[in-house]
Order: sequence, then structure tokens, then C-alpha cells
Amino acid sequence: MVAVEDVCIRQGAFGLDGIGFAVPTGAYAVLMGKTGSGKTTLLEVIAGLRRPSRGRVLLRDRDVTRLPPAARNVGYVPQDGALFRTMTIRENLGFALAVRGAALSEIDARVTELADWLKLTNVLPRRAVGLSGGEAQRVALGRALAFRPDVLLLDEPLSAVDEVTRGELVALLDSIRRSRAVTVVHVTHARAEADRLADVLLELDCGRITASQRSDPVAAARGDSCQTYPN
Amino acid sequence: MTPPPTPRLWTSAVPFYVALGLIGGLYVGLIVALLVADLSYTSPGHVARALASPEIRSAIWLSLLTCSASAILSVWVAVPLGYLLARTQFPGKAVVDLLVDVPIVLPPLVVGLSLLILFQTPPGLAVQRHITVTYAIPAVVLAQFTVAAAFAVRTMRVTFEQISPRAEEVAMTLGCSRGRAFWLVTLPEARRGVLTAGTLAWARSLGEFGPILIFAGATRMKTEVLSTTVFLELSIGNLEAALAISVLMIAVAVVVLMITRTFGLRGADVI
Repeated sequence: MVAVEDVCIRQGAFGLDGIGFAVPTGAYAVLMGKTGSGKTTLLEVIAGLRRPSRGRVLLRDRDVTRLPPAARNVGYVPQDGALFRTMTIRENLGFALAVRGAALSEIDARVTELADWLKLTNVLPRRAVGLSGGEAQRVALGRALAFRPDVLLLDEPLSAVDEVTRGELVALLDSIRRSRAVTVVHVTHARAEADRLADVLLELDCGRITASQRSDPVAAARGDSCQTYPN
Repeated sequence: MTPPPTPRLWTSAVPFYVALGLIGGLYVGLIVALLVADLSYTSPGHVARALASPEIRSAIWLSLLTCSASAILSVWVAVPLGYLLARTQFPGKAVVDLLVDVPIVLPPLVVGLSLLILFQTPPGLAVQRHITVTYAIPAVVLAQFTVAAAFAVRTMRVTFEQISPRAEEVAMTLGCSRGRAFWLVTLPEARRGVLTAGTLAWARSLGEFGPILIFAGATRMKTEVLSTTVFLELSIGNLEAALAISVLMIAVAVVVLMITRTFGLRGADVI
């Protein structure tokens, strides 16, 4: 579960005051708002990359406001993917587990599992540079999910890809949603994504959030042909 | 009603480029003329004779030693300082920024004199009780380092400014502390910048003269490096040897430039 209570952020002229919302465990929340409304900043606060001047962040009913990002068990996919360019795709995917000192066999198994699901098996030995928009987003997604986080934060994951790739990525995100294995906050300014994926719709406007439950999002026309998310 | 006369338009851009080329060419021409003049006044024989001299060999050896030490120290200092200047805000940052550029704009002789004075102060004298600095080899390294590090810091600052902080932040969410994320993600990505900073510091150290002359002296076989060799040879009227060393140093400069262009930081206007 992800909850934000009475959070205030100040950055120069920009500010958010008294923001609060809660997303139940396993739900897929889509956070919408105009460009510059503070959506990315909110994600940074939840991830622990930015301290709010006031308020609390709760993950799984635990107050994590004072905790560093590494202790929050949150997967973060920023807008440009931000892949580790000096490492191979395999190393990117396995990074979180390697940092935790996991056994090589465990890292290998998880990377293989993720690469299979994300259709990255053929490019694993490649360095994470010069990838297409869709490939980069898939690597970023796999990297964020490798250590099985409780929460996944996506900052406009579909903004830099073409129509066809977007469809593939949406199917992947949908399989995450259906697995209920991770609570997701997906930031976008595209209504279509919210219609397609959101269990909970959060709208950020003029520094206020309005939340609404959505009925089960429409299943893709392609059907559930995508492999399920391996948790 | 007659239409207004059509204005004469220069449709060709050639005169524009020719004018730019002529003006810019004056400077390029000057550099070429300098190089040609040097090369025409010396010969491989002169260079070989200079290289055979024991004083000059000792100077070459000392140059290699001190420049390398200065370059390593410069990079060691430049990486943290460059990162802090590029990525953090702290009180007094503008002052630090200014201070770091001071060695670049100070007249070299002033740098040397200031170092000399520093080591006459009580703390400086205390250090000298343990290790002789003034007029000895450590002085050469320190004089070179004082200026070279400023260039290294500039390079590393530009390097870190070019690397998006996002990757480091993602590494933190994946389980790293800030320091570990820096070590595993940001620093490897800064490789080219580090190479450029080190090479630049090395080359700058090789060319440093003023501070070395004042602070370390130019004692033959003791604190003589290639830049002071040119000075010493000139001062005893040995133009032949001075030019031979100059040509050697020009060759080194060209090699350094080629290295940084091939392997170093892209798109940064530091060297």
C-alpha cells in the first residue's frame, strides 16, 4: 500500500501543499495531471529522493518518511529510463540483487526469468546504450522489478515510444496489474493509459488530488496473450 | 503603380565564409608559423645530442615523475570537488567556485611566490621539519599540482554536469547508499572525463615554469624539469639544446591532444 499524508513540497516558485492520497495494496494507480503539475516530484518523494517539508509517506503501513531510498523497497522507473550505460543489460537487470549480495545463481535465475518475460533474452550481453525507446523502457522496468519491490513507480513510461511499442508495453504493465504482486503508481498525462490500466485514478490539479475508483479496466483487444509477470 | 525595386540580395554565402576563414586563418597561420620556425631551426641530430646529455636525461626523468605525481593528485582532488560543484548546493559555493579558478588566472610567478611564502609561515615550517619542500622535488610537484588541479577540477565539473543524476538516484532506490551509487554508477560513467582531467593535468604540469622557478628553483640534476631546462639552456646561450627540448615538448603536446580527442570527454570545451 502507498499512502501520502499532508505532504508539502517547495522548490523555488513551485510548491505542493497538503497533498494526500492512498493506494491499496496490489492496486494499479494512475496519477494524471498537466505537465509541470508536480507528478514527478510526488514520485520522487515516495521513492525517498526528495524530502517533503511537511507530511508523511507510508508504505505498507510503515512511516518511511525518514528512510533513505535503499530502505524503502521501491522500484523506480524515471521518464528517460536512466539505464546504467557502462553495464550490460544483464548487469542492469541483476544490479539490485548484486548490490544485496545475492548468490550468482540466484541473480542468473531472476535475470533469465525477467528477460524471458520482457523479451530481452537476445540482447542481454549488449551494453545498455543505443537501445530503442521500447527496449530501454523494458530494461528499466525489469531492473526496477528484479528485487521484487512492494511498490513500483513509473514516470510517464509510455511517452517516448511509438504506437506499436506502446501496445506491447501496455500489455506488460497490464500483466503486472493482474498479478497484484506490486502496488503501482503510474504517472501520465494521457487519458488513454488511465482508461486502459487504472484501478485507482488520481488526478492532480492546482495542487489538489482527487481520487476515484475505477471499475475493472477494459481487457486488451489482443487478449491476455502476454505472459504473466513473474514475481 | 510601379512595384518597388527588388533589393539586391547576396544569394551566395561564399563571401561570408571567406571573410571568416581569412580572419580565423590569421591565428591558425601564426601557430603553424611558430611550429615551422622551431622545426626548421633544429634537426634530428640536435635532438639526439640533447637527449644524450645526462642533465637533460635527468630532467626528462624528473619531469615524468613529477608530472605523473601531479596528475594523480590533481585527479584525486578534482573528482570529489568536481562532483560537489556540479551536483550539490552548499553555503559559500560561489566563493569556492571562484577560488578554484584563481590558480588559472594568477600570474605563474605569483603562484610560485605565494607557495614560497606559505612554507615560511609557522605551519609551513612545521611541515618542513619533516620533509624538505622548498627548493626540492616536492616543491616541483606542489607547484605543478597547484595549477594543474584547477584545470582538472574544471574538467570533472563539466563531466559530472553532463551525466544525468537520474541513474545515481535509480541506483539508490535499487539498494545503494549515495556513496555506493556514486562508486558503482556515476564514476564509471565519468571515465572519459577522468582520463581527460588526468591528461590535461599532466600536460599542464609539463608546461609549468614560473611557479617551479620561484618555489623549487632550477638546480641542474636536482629540481630541473624540461620546462626549466629550456630556460637554463637559453640562459647559457645554448639555443640548439633549448630548441631541441622545445620540439620534444611540442611533440608531447600533440600526442596529449590526440589522446584526449580520441579517448577523452566528448563535447566539452575544456581542452
